[in-house]
Amino acid sequence: MAQNSPTAITRRLRRKETISSYLFLLPSLVFFLGFVVFPMVLCLFTSFFDSNLNATTPDRFIGFQNYTELWKDPVFLKGLKNTLIIVVVSVPVVTAFSLWIASAIYKMKEWMLSAFRCIFYLPVVTGSVAVTVVWKWMYNNYYGVLNYVFKGLGIIETNINWLGNPSTALWCIIVILLTTSVGQPIVLYVSALSNVDPTLIEAGQVDGTTKLQNFWKIKWPQIMPTTLYIVVITTINSFQCFALIQLLTSGGPNNATQTVMYYIYYTAFKLYRFGYGNAMGIILALFIAALSAVQFYAAKER
Amino acid sequence: MSLKSENKRAYYIVSLIVIIILAILFTFPLYWILTGAFKTAKEINSTSPVWWPSKFVTDNFVKLFSKRSAPLFEIGALRGPTVPGAIRWLLNTVVMAVVAMILTCITAAMAGYALAKKRFAGKGTLFALIVCAMALPKQVILIPLIREMSTLGLYDKLWAVIFPTVGWPFGVFLMKQFSEGVPNEMIEAARIDGAGEARTFAQVIVPMIKPGIGALAIFTFINSWNDYFMQLIMLSKSSNLTISLGIATLQAENSTDFGIIMAGAALASVPIIIVFLIFQKYFTKGITMGAVKG
Repeated sequence: MAQNSPTAITRRLRRKETISSYLFLLPSLVFFLGFVVFPMVLCLFTSFFDSNLNATTPDRFIGFQNYTELWKDPVFLKGLKNTLIIVVVSVPVVTAFSLWIASAIYKMKEWMLSAFRCIFYLPVVTGSVAVTVVWKWMYNNYYGVLNYVFKGLGIIETNINWLGNPSTALWCIIVILLTTSVGQPIVLYVSALSNVDPTLIEAGQVDGTTKLQNFWKIKWPQIMPTTLYIVVITTINSFQCFALIQLLTSGGPNNATQTVMYYIYYTAFKLYRFGYGNAMGIILALFIAALSAVQFYAAKER
Repeated sequence: MSLKSENKRAYYIVSLIVIIILAILFTFPLYWILTGAFKTAKEINSTSPVWWPSKFVTDNFVKLFSKRSAPLFEIGALRGPTVPGAIRWLLNTVVMAVVAMILTCITAAMAGYALAKKRFAGKGTLFALIVCAMALPKQVILIPLIREMSTLGLYDKLWAVIFPTVGWPFGVFLMKQFSEGVPNEMIEAARIDGAGEARTFAQVIVPMIKPGIGALAIFTFINSWNDYFMQLIMLSKSSNLTISLGIATLQAENSTDFGIIMAGAALASVPIIIVFLIFQKYFTKGITMGAVKG
C-alpha cells in the first residue's frame, strides 16, 4: 500500500503540521496582513495617483509626478533638513547619555536601580500629550518657568519667546524629544551591562587594565548589539517625531520646526492631497530603511 | 584607605549627585502638571512661578468637568447617564487599551508559539516580513489606513485604533522569543500523553510563557493609551475621543488657560503612571526581551 509508505506518512504529517501552524497564525495574520501590510502596499500604490478623499473625483494616475514634485517643494526640503538635524543630534546624545546613566546605576542596590530606571522612564509613560502641554507652559514667554530660572541664573537678560523664535524653536523640540527618548535605552543598557561576563572583567583586572581600557576593550564589544538596537530605534523614533510639533508649533514659526512627519500629516489632512502625502511617506520609509541598513552593516563590520 | 579607592569613592559620589539632579529635572514636568492642576488661576498666570500651591483648589477640575458633557456609553440605542466629557474620554481610553491588550496577547501568543516551535512552509518568508514591518515607520501606514477604515465603516470608532495596534508585529516577535525558551521535551511529552494541538498550547505553552504575556499585556496597554497620532487620525466626534485627544482639543481651544489643561494632563497621565508603577517589573522584562534580535 503506497499510502502507508514512510515518505507518504512523513508528507502527511508535514501537511498536518503546516495546517495546524497556520491555524495558530491565522488570528494574528488577519490583523497583520489586513491592517499593517495591506496599508503599506496601499501607501505605495496611492503615491502614484493624484488622490483626495472626495468620492466624486476619482483618483488619477500620474506616475512619478508626486515624487518629482517633492524635490521642488521648499517646505518638504526644509522639513527633511529639520528632520535630519533632529536625528543627527538626538541619536548620539540619547545613546551616550543613556549609556552613561546606565553604567552609573547598574551596580547600585536593587531599589535604587529600579527607582532611577522608573524616573528616567516617566516622561515616556506620562504620554506625549501631557508632556507636551506642560512643556508648552514651561516655555511660555510670560508665565514660563524656564525664562524665570534662566533669568535668575543670569543666563539670559530678557524673556525669550522660545517657541516663537525660529532660531530656538527646533532646539526646544529636540530637548523634549530627548527627555522622552532615553527611558527605553537606559533599561536596555542596564540589562546588557549586567549580562557582561564577569570572568572577562576579572581577567582584565588581573592583567592590570585601567578602568577606561576595561570599558572599551571588554564591555563595549559585548554591549555592541544593544547599542546597535538603540541606535536603530532612536533613529526611527526621531524620524517620526510628530505630537510635539503638532501640539507646540504646527511646524512654525515660518517652517522652522517643519518635519517630514508633520508635513505628511498637513498635506494629507489639511490639504487633502493623499497621493502626495503617501509619496512623502514612502520617501521617509526609504530613508529609515537605508539608515537602519547602514547602521547595521557599519556595526557588523567592526 | 589607598588613594585609588578614595578616588573611586569621590567619583561615585559626584556621579550620584549629578544623576540625582538629572532625576529631579526628569520628574519636574510631572510635578508641574500635578501641582499646576491644583493651583488658582492667579498662581498659574504669575510671572514668578509658584513652586508649591499655597492652597490646593479644585477650580481647574470643576472647569474641565463642565465641558462637553456626553453620555457615559452608547451601545446601539442604549445610552448611559450624562457625564462630563473628560470622564467619557477616560472610559473610551480604558476600553480601547484593554481590548487592544487582550486581542494582542491572544493572537501574538498563538502566532509566536507557531513561529518558535513549528515547522511549516513559508515560515522564513513570514518571519522576514514581520521583521521588515517592524523596522518601518508605523505612522506612514496611517494615511492609507484611514481610507481602509472608512471603507470598512470603522472610521471614528474605537475599533479603528484597536485593529492596527493588534496587527503591529512587535507582539508576535516578543512571544516568539519567549516561546523559544519552552523545552521541546515538554511539548513532546504532552503529545505522547495524547494531548491535541489546542490542549498542548493551553496547558503546556501558556503557563510557561506567562511572564512574557504579562510583559506584552502591560506594554500594549501603555503604548495604546499613549498612541496619540493614531487616535488623532481615526477619531473625530467629541464623544469618541480618547483622553489624550480630548486634552489636545481643549488645548487648542483654551491655549492660554494652563490650569484646565494641567487638570486634563493630570487626568490623562496619573492612571497610566499608576499602572506602570504596579507592573514595572513585567514592563522592563518585555523591553529587554523584545530587543534581543532573533
